[in-house]
Amino acid sequence: MAGAGSTAAIAVRHLTKRFGDRLAFDDVSFEVGQGEVFGFLGPNGAGKTTTVRTLGTLLAPTSGAADVAGLPLTPANGVEIRRRIAIMPESPGLYLRLSVRENLECFADLYEVPEPAERIERALRSVNLADRAQDPCGALSKGLRQRVALARALLSEPQILFLDEPTSGLDPVAAREVHELIGGLRERGVTIFLTTHRLEEAERLCDRVAILNTTLRTIGRPDELRDQSFTRSLTVRLVAPLAQPDTVFAEPAGVTAWHQPEPATYVLAVTDPRLAGPAVTRALVAAGADVLSISESHHSLEDVYLQLVDDDPEAAAR
Amino acid sequence: MTMHRRRVWAIVRKESREYRRNRSIVVTMAIIPLLFSVQPLVAVLSLAHSEALAHEHVLLYMLGIPTLVPLFVAAYAVAGERAQGSLEPVLTTPIPREEFLLAKAVAAFVPSLIVSYAVFAVFLGIVAVFAHPGVAADVMQGSDLLVQVVFTPLLAGWSIWVAIGVSTRATDVRVAQQLSLLASIPTVLVIVLFALNVIAPSVSLAVTIATGAAALLVMLNLAGWRVTSRLFDRERLITSTR
Repeated sequence: MAGAGSTAAIAVRHLTKRFGDRLAFDDVSFEVGQGEVFGFLGPNGAGKTTTVRTLGTLLAPTSGAADVAGLPLTPANGVEIRRRIAIMPESPGLYLRLSVRENLECFADLYEVPEPAERIERALRSVNLADRAQDPCGALSKGLRQRVALARALLSEPQILFLDEPTSGLDPVAAREVHELIGGLRERGVTIFLTTHRLEEAERLCDRVAILNTTLRTIGRPDELRDQSFTRSLTVRLVAPLAQPDTVFAEPAGVTAWHQPEPATYVLAVTDPRLAGPAVTRALVAAGADVLSISESHHSLEDVYLQLVDDDPEAAAR
Repeated sequence: MTMHRRRVWAIVRKESREYRRNRSIVVTMAIIPLLFSVQPLVAVLSLAHSEALAHEHVLLYMLGIPTLVPLFVAAYAVAGERAQGSLEPVLTTPIPREEFLLAKAVAAFVPSLIVSYAVFAVFLGIVAVFAHPGVAADVMQGSDLLVQVVFTPLLAGWSIWVAIGVSTRATDVRVAQQLSLLASIPTVLVIVLFALNVIAPSVSLAVTIATGAAALLVMLNLAGWRVTSRLFDRERLITSTR
């Protein structure tokens, strides 16, 4: 079930969190491999942040079990788990009266990192903030504060890094810098648990994604999820509609069904677009059709997400 | 539980830096000592002979400083962190709540003690130089000086644990300060009654009361750390609305 590594960095088994009568997430099970970038998606209120807080030992689960960074998720292991992980919450939560360096000094001491000055310099350089080290955090823009929070999370060189909406509210350039940083961390073998609303971000960065909506709706590689959720298809555009489409599309091998969304456009369900494409082209030419284009239909992770969430009465009610 | 000094020091240093740059705390640390020292100072300096002070223990008024200054400072401890959204990141670090709260207490205790003793020293200096010699001698009674020295840290410690306890449950800093102030009224009242000689025990009874009070405060301070640690509910602090 785990992705890249052989041993799971995070193993969650039937985990449930309830606040009184309200269910935050229910019976969630998954594993995250060592060095994997794992995306955790879901609509607002789906339980993503609560899951992160639970795995980060800030909240106690109501039932179920989990192992985080090789330790069972129990109150007794809280300090040791927190020593091995780092969490970057959605809101940076910096000490605004302190400078960037003072913020990092505080957290370097809380994690008791060796050679703190060197670690701080390295963390600042990795988020391109070395020249802003003396600035008070209260004077920084939201994007820069987010980068300070990321530097803070990197200080302890954690085994697992939880990033809760790391690009929330960032402009495209700042978001791209965060993406590059995540890419760099992946190369260093850091396991990253990323919650995000940005589906293109998840698709680009994550080895696997899970979609949560109180319960876990699906989990897998983005391309697997697309294949599972949508039949593969070819879109055929012609100059004019076919006189007898049933006859034309009955011939090529691999075409399992078709429909006509527009007068001169046909969408064919196929088993393998690479085999069916040439056969369909030959059949169309043989039928005397003027072909404008034949293309494989592409579905994004967003399509998968929307299909899952749109079909979900809980999400609709939220 | 093994105490990690570096983690405690991290919070103490951070708090000290924040307090120095927080205008509201700096003003509070200046105004309360003024309130509790100017009036007795004026009263003492205006006296021409010592009889007028026969039934007052002017120095005891100054115990209001270590009672109230740390209270306003410590009320920021948890409520202030929640208000600026910095509580969650700090709770994701390995620091246990006992160390976190101890560090908060130390950070409020040290400046409060410095301010209290400094104001006390300045007060005594002014009295010694400018007051009528007889009045100065009456003010600087050995027993009052001893009470001041011993009770300043004990009262400061107690106020800090009360304020931190309130701060763990309050939704914002002002509410924490107001509730802490309410909680300190009995302590302040007892001090004032002693200062005004309303509670006027015999010398031997005074010694007994003072010793008992000191012992009680030592116990309350030790219990305060444990009680506030229990009040510090990580889950409620993270999930309840600010």
